Amino acid sequence: MQRIDSRAQAPLDADLSGLDALELPITGRRSRASRAWALIWPKLAALAFALGAWQLVVWSGWRPSYVLPGPLTVLERLVTDIGGSDLPTAVVTTLRRAAVGFGLALLIGCIIGVAIVQVRALRIAASSFVTGLQTMPSIAWFPLAILLFGLSEQAILFVVILGAAPSIANGLISGVDQIPRILLRAGRMLGARGAASYRHVVLPAALPSFVSGLKQGWAFAWRSLIAGELLGVVAGQTSIGWRLQLSRELVDAEGLLSTMLVILVIGLVVDGLVFGSLDRSIRRRWGLLEAGS
Amino acid sequence: MSAAVERVTTVDEPALAAPAVQIDSVAKRYGPPGSSVLALERISLSVERGEFVCLVGASGCGKTTILNLVSGLDQPDAGRISVTGQVALLFQEAALFPWLTAAANIELPMTLAGVPRTERRQRVAELLELVHLQGFGDRRPHELSGGMRQRVSLARALAQRAEVLLMDEPFGSLDAMTRDILHDEVERLWIDAGFTILFVTHDVREAVRLGDRVIVLSSRPAQVVEEIHVPLPRPRDGADPDLADVAEHVITRLRSEVRAHAED
Repeated sequence: MQRIDSRAQAPLDADLSGLDALELPITGRRSRASRAWALIWPKLAALAFALGAWQLVVWSGWRPSYVLPGPLTVLERLVTDIGGSDLPTAVVTTLRRAAVGFGLALLIGCIIGVAIVQVRALRIAASSFVTGLQTMPSIAWFPLAILLFGLSEQAILFVVILGAAPSIANGLISGVDQIPRILLRAGRMLGARGAASYRHVVLPAALPSFVSGLKQGWAFAWRSLIAGELLGVVAGQTSIGWRLQLSRELVDAEGLLSTMLVILVIGLVVDGLVFGSLDRSIRRRWGLLEAGS
Repeated sequence: MSAAVERVTTVDEPALAAPAVQIDSVAKRYGPPGSSVLALERISLSVERGEFVCLVGASGCGKTTILNLVSGLDQPDAGRISVTGQVALLFQEAALFPWLTAAANIELPMTLAGVPRTERRQRVAELLELVHLQGFGDRRPHELSGGMRQRVSLARALAQRAEVLLMDEPFGSLDAMTRDILHDEVERLWIDAGFTILFVTHDVREAVRLGDRVIVLSSRPAQVVEEIHVPLPRPRDGADPDLADVAEHVITRLRSEVRAHAED
């Protein structure tokens, strides 16, 4: 076999690099700060709009101010509450429950998901069952949970898990289902078999859908948790949901609204900062995100 | 220059060494029993070590089926396939893993084969340079052009130290200019590294440009209709009029094959 001399090779090199330069997608990346700002300002605008609308309703005199206080009053109350001891304790209790419940849901959801992915017969039976579980409003589980576990934290965790685990399992299952066949075949050709195939091909390929499942699971878990606390499932121990209930009983509208703000902020932070940024960073890496968004 | 065209209807030369790929009366059906389609019917062909063979045929002639069988991704229903050496398969799409950078894609087969990290890193750098993508290692597949992706895919296949390279219309989705340049590139890599290539395409000019031997397949079921040796010197020039002559001959042969289906 002959070797190509370097004279023949030089123009080919130039052809290739010239073509590469022309063909490269233009990725005009904006700075991190400007991307963050593009993400934040619509949210700030929405917040300002909501607060403005709230204030207008208060000014209209539709309800007396001891029932519907204005945003400024509530924010002042919120600052006082944060400085106090009851709200921080309540937040810690609720977040601990959320973490434990979501953690268990994650574990159980993954086990169910992997089982369904692995066993074909199980899939047909279980996938409709899992969807069925998801359509069930989580609050409807509480009476049964209280009968089963009494007025205890287990009852809440039970409902939180029932709310979140199906979403997590579903995310995993659809993630694995949607892996392009060609990637699995490419993996096999490159020597990925058995556990290595899972580790290097199946799991990373299923990741975007899995993260969507986590996000949805979190939304269900958070709703179930607040609902459970609100129902007074664990009466006496202060928690965010319990504070809401207590404020209503005491006709403490300021306290009620300030607690609601706390719920809103926690929901937004976890959803947006934790799962949202995870989701976005995966999509950006995969090139699934439009530039600038 | 029709003298350049040499036709061999059967492979009767005694093999000096074991061929790189040997396909013996292989049959393959697809689909559920009863309504299955016969993709291949007792097809036989062989590729010598270091040879560059192109399979051409109209669409649906089972070209891809042959590669899937040779690669081991599918099993034949009848017949025997033997392959000497490590096989790599290049798909029509680059089939890169979108969650890995170009370098990590190239590294993966070595990780799977248990190659030590330092050696992997070094080899990745060599391979990136080989396909002229040095400096692009940390890009993700979506940040590369179609032609660059195929070159990463080629480097990934070479990372397996493949001796037999199966290519399934790898340049089919690229524009003509890129394709021309990649033809030069593949030819050069093949001359330098000396591996065996079995290249499937529906583009006759591409087949003639690249192959030592062009095998024309009939459709449904695929059979070897004709084998044409392309004895032009390398590196070849895509614009060589001799290539056009050979291509003309193959196209005529392929047309009559397609026409036969109209009369069925």
